[in-house]
Amino acid sequence: MKATNQTDSSRRQFLKSTLFASGGLLFGINFLNAKNPLTILSEEQARSGFLNFNAFIKIAQDGKVIIYAPNPEIGQGVKTSLPMLIAEELDVAWENVIVEQAKLDIKKYKRQGAGGSKSIEFSWLPLRTSGAAAKQMLITAAAKRWKVSVKDCHAENGIVYNRRGDQLGYGELVEDATKLKVPTKIKLKDPSEFKIIGQHIKNVDLDKIVSGKPLFGLDYKIEGMFIATVIRPPSFGQKIVSFNADEAKNLSGVLNVIEFKNKIAIVGVNTWTVFKAKKLIEVKWTSNEKLESTTQQDKKMLDLVEKENPSQLKTRRKDGNVKAALDDADTIVSAVYEAPFLPHNTLEPMNFYANVTKHKVHLVGPIQTPTGAAMAVARLLGRDRDDIELEMTRIGGGFGRRLKNDFVLEAAEISHLVKKPIKMVNSREDDFANGFYRPKVKYQIKAGIKNGKVTSYYLKEIAVGGNINDSRANFFPAASIENYQIDIARIKSRVTTMAWRAPISNILAFAEQSFMDELAEELQQDPVSLRLELLKKADTSDRRMAYSPKRMEGVINLVTEKANWGEAPNGTYQGFSSYFSHNTHVALIAEVIIENQLPIVKKVYCAVDCGVVVNPLGADNQCVGGVIDGIGHAMYGDLDLKNGAAQNLNFDSYRLIRMNETPRLETYFVKSDIAPTGLGEPTLPPAGPAVANAIKAALGVRLYKQPFIKNGKLNI
Amino acid sequence: MAVFNLKVNAKSYKIDVDETTPLLWVLRDTLGLMGTKFGCGIGQCGACTIHFNGVAIRSCLLPISAIGENEIKTIEGLSENNSHPLQKAWKEVDVPQCGYCQSGQIMTAASFLNQNNKPSTEEIRNAMHGNICRCAAYNRIEDAVAKAAEEMN
Ligand code: FES
Ligand code: FES
Repeated sequence: MKATNQTDSSRRQFLKSTLFASGGLLFGINFLNAKNPLTILSEEQARSGFLNFNAFIKIAQDGKVIIYAPNPEIGQGVKTSLPMLIAEELDVAWENVIVEQAKLDIKKYKRQGAGGSKSIEFSWLPLRTSGAAAKQMLITAAAKRWKVSVKDCHAENGIVYNRRGDQLGYGELVEDATKLKVPTKIKLKDPSEFKIIGQHIKNVDLDKIVSGKPLFGLDYKIEGMFIATVIRPPSFGQKIVSFNADEAKNLSGVLNVIEFKNKIAIVGVNTWTVFKAKKLIEVKWTSNEKLESTTQQDKKMLDLVEKENPSQLKTRRKDGNVKAALDDADTIVSAVYEAPFLPHNTLEPMNFYANVTKHKVHLVGPIQTPTGAAMAVARLLGRDRDDIELEMTRIGGGFGRRLKNDFVLEAAEISHLVKKPIKMVNSREDDFANGFYRPKVKYQIKAGIKNGKVTSYYLKEIAVGGNINDSRANFFPAASIENYQIDIARIKSRVTTMAWRAPISNILAFAEQSFMDELAEELQQDPVSLRLELLKKADTSDRRMAYSPKRMEGVINLVTEKANWGEAPNGTYQGFSSYFSHNTHVALIAEVIIENQLPIVKKVYCAVDCGVVVNPLGADNQCVGGVIDGIGHAMYGDLDLKNGAAQNLNFDSYRLIRMNETPRLETYFVKSDIAPTGLGEPTLPPAGPAVANAIKAALGVRLYKQPFIKNGKLNI
Repeated sequence: MAVFNLKVNAKSYKIDVDETTPLLWVLRDTLGLMGTKFGCGIGQCGACTIHFNGVAIRSCLLPISAIGENEIKTIEGLSENNSHPLQKAWKEVDVPQCGYCQSGQIMTAASFLNQNNKPSTEEIRNAMHGNICRCAAYNRIEDAVAKAAEEMN
């Protein structure tokens, strides 16, 4: 199967415009008219309850196929991989597929979002089913025309054949097919029959990306549009007392300066004008309460870590009797791990277009949760949900930040107030200062060893922001240690936090996978063999258990084999880590060398079990990105707050990993026929601890705090 | 506001903007060339990289008043039909994740390969270190630059 991105973009462009313009040639078939094609259904439901799906396939007379990608593309590759699912079952040549981004349409689609690494997992059956249904209808149409039985026909690569050797292209059948009833019994392919799924398919937007075509929200432009930017409180908890915008208003090109909801919007003819005007506005801020700083928060958090059974604690999971087992232990291993707030830092700053008029509200931009955003705007403006039209652009990074719709609401409100179409644009400093950060977390872990075995495990989480939820409390090592308890507590704060790529897991894995190595050291056991031993003990009858010990073992064995675990050349030090999140199992081995007393991560081996790998090319890109992102943030990511204000406001004072600091990756996938799970997040959590464990091997130093490198030195 | 004559991608423009406006915003807001991206505005991320007489620089730091007669090239003017060896290599390797940093990466690499067409891996990694890829597609960026260098020889 060839990929789509050959130099035919002009041809496609031609095809699209002529077909759409003339109207007569392209049949827009909504094969299935019912709603909610992405409802989460079991296999049986998916097959029988087919009327719940809508394929959004258009077929032209020449056999070209347009497939609508329902979910927003944030770099996770779903604009390519989801249409692959449809094309596979529809049985068309991928070269003949044109992918288009669908608009938000809650009547047609369900879960048009990007988050939780769930798109592939939830779409696997519904989207394939919609493709298969369309194929069946095309076959039926051909059989009717030939006056033969459907059983005597089959379809392949966009052509229906019968036993006599006649053939008809989908394009010739499409008009008839649309008039047929949607079948209720849909047969999906056996994985052995896949022709597109499992192939290396390239990013459908490649041509546009490498030539700089406007694709992103920030690139959106429409006649008559103004640019707006917003001044928000520089410190969490501040209120506007007064402001002077005289100078800003006099600046040529500034249209309006208005106060709304404790913020100030500046509207003008272009971005530079409003950015410049923003700096000319003097604002007096006040605050009723004491403003927070990260050092004070650290102190509060550590107090709770130290305190026995503080009243704030809630138990998330409890097996056996941890306290008794710890009392009874020969040895107790105990450690505290710490991680800071992290901004998301999508490379494309927050922005959104809004045009609020009497007739409708038009919204365009980058959002991971378009449905929620549209509803929130309807509520904000007191409008009917049907008045809201929302278009999703390609997204210059999400990482969780664009699950929030604050910037969509701001854009809508500004447009409503100034009665103009506007695009709200943040500066990098705005994104930093007014972020929704990764929660700041500290973990205390204690484990008891008795007769050379781990008999108890206690984890206490103190967080500013999100805590461990029920499912994460059931990740490894849950169910593998008889006395096991997870307690959580939250520190109240005005600092806004939010899911950040692989929420909770991104810190929890650092704590737990570092701790596993500490336990192994105490037991004088190989860290991999300790994990394997615990996995063997895992009680698979425990229905709360989220991971699969067998699949975890599979990735561990794969990675240790590929990396020659334990046999690193002189001067190279290995660190291991494995983690399950987002229903995907991952094991990593990081290799570091030491130069000038500092670790350099040279190489990472990555083994993944995500079930069927829909697009190996895209999957590898996700895994590599996740690992390097995880390493970068574990090594350098650090956001400091003083007097309630972020102290790091741009990339000069906030370090992101750069090419000369990145390891090379080798990614391996476990061969599997199991339904696929997500890849946007699960390789990130184990990356930091694999590096921490390798650094321990290299320097004998155990890292308890992220970032690992602070002010150019190891953070110990 | 002041009037400037500007040469971008071998085309001449007359524009009337505030003289402190960085080239980045002239390209994007005035000329509608959206390939050059805004990432930080302070010269730290490389998303806004363009060629100034063939040399890669950050357009977010270059005020329009400082350009004069000099030739500006943006990603839109790098080649006809994506035929530059870097664009071809980029597609072959399937580099992008979100794609936002990519035109800046390509522009940095293009100017680098003009100066050094037989770069070592280390040289590539150092030359590209000014361009942030938040999605961390770094391995593939490195591979694509190496591939393009090979083709150019
Ligand atoms: S926007 Fe110019 S370097 Fe970041
Ligand atoms: S591909 Fe997303 S920032 Fe580079």
